[in-house]
Amino acid sequence: MTGEIGQLALCLALALSLVQSVAGLVGLRSMQARAIATSSALGMFVFTVLAFGALEYAFVTSDFSVALVANNSHTLKPMIYKVTGVWGNHEGSMLLWVLVLSIYSAGIAILKRGGEELTSAALGVQGLLAAAFLLFILLTSNPFLRLDPMPFEGAGLNPLLQDRGLAFHPPVLYTGYVGLSATFAYAAAALITGDIDRLWARAARPFMLIAWIALTIGIAGGSWWAYYDLGWGGFWFWDPVENASLMPWLVGTALLHSALATERTGAFRVWTLLLSIMAFSLSLIGTFLVRSGVVTSVHAFASDPARGVFILLILFLAIGGALALFAWRAPKLAGGSAFQPASRETTLLINNVLLVTALAVVFIGTIYPIVLAAMGTRISVGGPYYELFFAPLFLALMIVLPFGPRLNWRRGDLKEALRVLYPAIGAGAVAFVAVFALVSPRTVAGAGSFAVAAWVIGASVVDIVRILRGRAIAVAAFAAALAHAGLGITLMGVAGTTLWRSEALEVLGPGETMHIAGYDLTLDGVTVANGPNYQALRATLEVASGGHTLGTMTPERRMFPAEGQEAVQTAIRTTGFSDLYLALGDDRGHGRWTIRAYVNPLAPFIWFGAGLMALGGLASLWGRVRAMFFARDNAAVAEAA
Amino acid sequence: MKRLLLVFLFLSSVAFAAPAPESLPNPAQEAHARALQKEFRCLVCQGESIDESGAPLAADLRRLIREHIARGESDAQIRHYLVVRYGEFILMDPPVEPATYALWAAPILVLLAAGAVAFFIIFRARNRSESDGQEESVRS
Repeated sequence: MTGEIGQLALCLALALSLVQSVAGLVGLRSMQARAIATSSALGMFVFTVLAFGALEYAFVTSDFSVALVANNSHTLKPMIYKVTGVWGNHEGSMLLWVLVLSIYSAGIAILKRGGEELTSAALGVQGLLAAAFLLFILLTSNPFLRLDPMPFEGAGLNPLLQDRGLAFHPPVLYTGYVGLSATFAYAAAALITGDIDRLWARAARPFMLIAWIALTIGIAGGSWWAYYDLGWGGFWFWDPVENASLMPWLVGTALLHSALATERTGAFRVWTLLLSIMAFSLSLIGTFLVRSGVVTSVHAFASDPARGVFILLILFLAIGGALALFAWRAPKLAGGSAFQPASRETTLLINNVLLVTALAVVFIGTIYPIVLAAMGTRISVGGPYYELFFAPLFLALMIVLPFGPRLNWRRGDLKEALRVLYPAIGAGAVAFVAVFALVSPRTVAGAGSFAVAAWVIGASVVDIVRILRGRAIAVAAFAAALAHAGLGITLMGVAGTTLWRSEALEVLGPGETMHIAGYDLTLDGVTVANGPNYQALRATLEVASGGHTLGTMTPERRMFPAEGQEAVQTAIRTTGFSDLYLALGDDRGHGRWTIRAYVNPLAPFIWFGAGLMALGGLASLWGRVRAMFFARDNAAVAEAA
Repeated sequence: MKRLLLVFLFLSSVAFAAPAPESLPNPAQEAHARALQKEFRCLVCQGESIDESGAPLAADLRRLIREHIARGESDAQIRHYLVVRYGEFILMDPPVEPATYALWAAPILVLLAAGAVAFFIIFRARNRSESDGQEESVRS
């Protein structure tokens, strides 16, 4: 019964999304039509929640008469993975995609930011997107298809996905991907109404921020998962699916900065619109890459050519439509801005040039092999290609970065900015000398990375001190200082892990010891342990350093009988500054096992820095929310830039 | 990348387990082998180099590289040997050749183009700013 309710709710949601788009776009100037668009958006949200709830119910109650549940669930699966298993498959994850889209539509409809007409046009665009994806679900990926006869037991969920952190990875990432649809809809709405000004940037900013924060957390979370779950100690593999999430983030970051200029001085209006369109287009391209089976990965649950073609069609219509609209309307919106070379606008422009180039590197590296493969040549583009370009681009970005917040809009004072930044320059110089002199192996790249990181973090500290002394505007500057310091900390983590990592691979018998970076690891033995729905081989190792016992670590290999698959469970012991990372390898017979050990210096900084970046985004969002609800006067609203 | 497959193969590699981990007695040659094996892609799991991969094929290739190094062959010879047998796909980094010129040049061209546009925008904005000098700076 729940399956039919879900199916019906999806059909009603589709009908309402069509009403929403027609009323929103065609009836943009009519009050009644705008009211219809608003209530359709809310109704569509309600029916999507209903459909999603129906699927949740089927998973939680293990209703194997629903084919999707039978193929992806199991009665013995812990409850949390029954709940989150809904999006651990293609159909359910597409339904989640539409659910998040409907939440954003409802948000746009309720908040009505930027005025009635802009909201109406934005809702119209959101309605078109929702209709396209609902059609996609109903025609190619229906989650409510029945199975007859109903099987006695389900097939289970990929054990790699049975992980507490990963369970919440898709909703967070989708909040980011789909959140960019709201910015896209606002950009298209501005092109339709012909109205783009500082108010537009202010209206769209909260959606940009939410999407960016979610993408940051989602990407960092995915990287953390790869780090501890795959067992190789790496945190980023330049996998096409990882790249698919990185591309909207790079454009989203450029957009957040460019929109700042648009909001404060009206500069870069057309460019900000184009970035808004690009950011969501890249989300769609990411969805296409992941969902179509063009690339194979743990994310590509099922590959079906019909789905690939359908998503490609949505992709062309959405991106092509938006770009055509842009080409047609943008020239009318253009208007040059006036600023001096030494001004915040210039630093934001440099930021955008470098981020867009970084995007081009990822985009070309991901797409090029696919295109060449279609022409019959198979090449592969791996980490070294991306790192070759990313390292100089990000170092340049971070060298320029501290000047931005110190220069005024339109006309800044470079000498004054440098004077304020003296302590940060000092921090960079000290970091360079200290790392070069004290850390071995000695590398210029390492010392340079730490100098740049110290320069950026130092500048953030300077900013925070100025805020505390009341010399700078609090919320916005504080948010920027946090996010920028986070970037510096992440850079330290990346440099530390890549340049000074130790690794050892040895075969140990019981009582035998291996040594890595000052740690002594002694194998006690390997035992069999039982989990709720798996059996584990658990190695127990004594960890000691300089003769002192620090404790035991237990890397595991888990066998999931229901799914007939295995997964590795690494053991990580962190000091906050460095990780000791162990993975259990294969059985060499006679009680001897391969143990892989890594010491990753500063690895925790990668995710700590990402967390700070997200926190910076949240602080900025808080400034917006505060301005929206508590401050009535315009000055306070403008302050929360 | 078929991480799943990777993990699966890694775990099923028990049956193929070699008696000892591959390594060369000469530390300089071993370090050389470690550096070299980062350049080749694991053909099973595809996202990782054979240095990081646990697939049996990657282990075989690591052993193969060591045999060639022990024989005193150059890196170029070893690379050629592997490319002839497994195709260019095995190289983590695609070689610079006509089919990949665009791949290597594109980022540089994008940077130059974007930089030129930015320079033009700054130049124009400065002229406008000079001509209406009344416009005062806005404090952050």
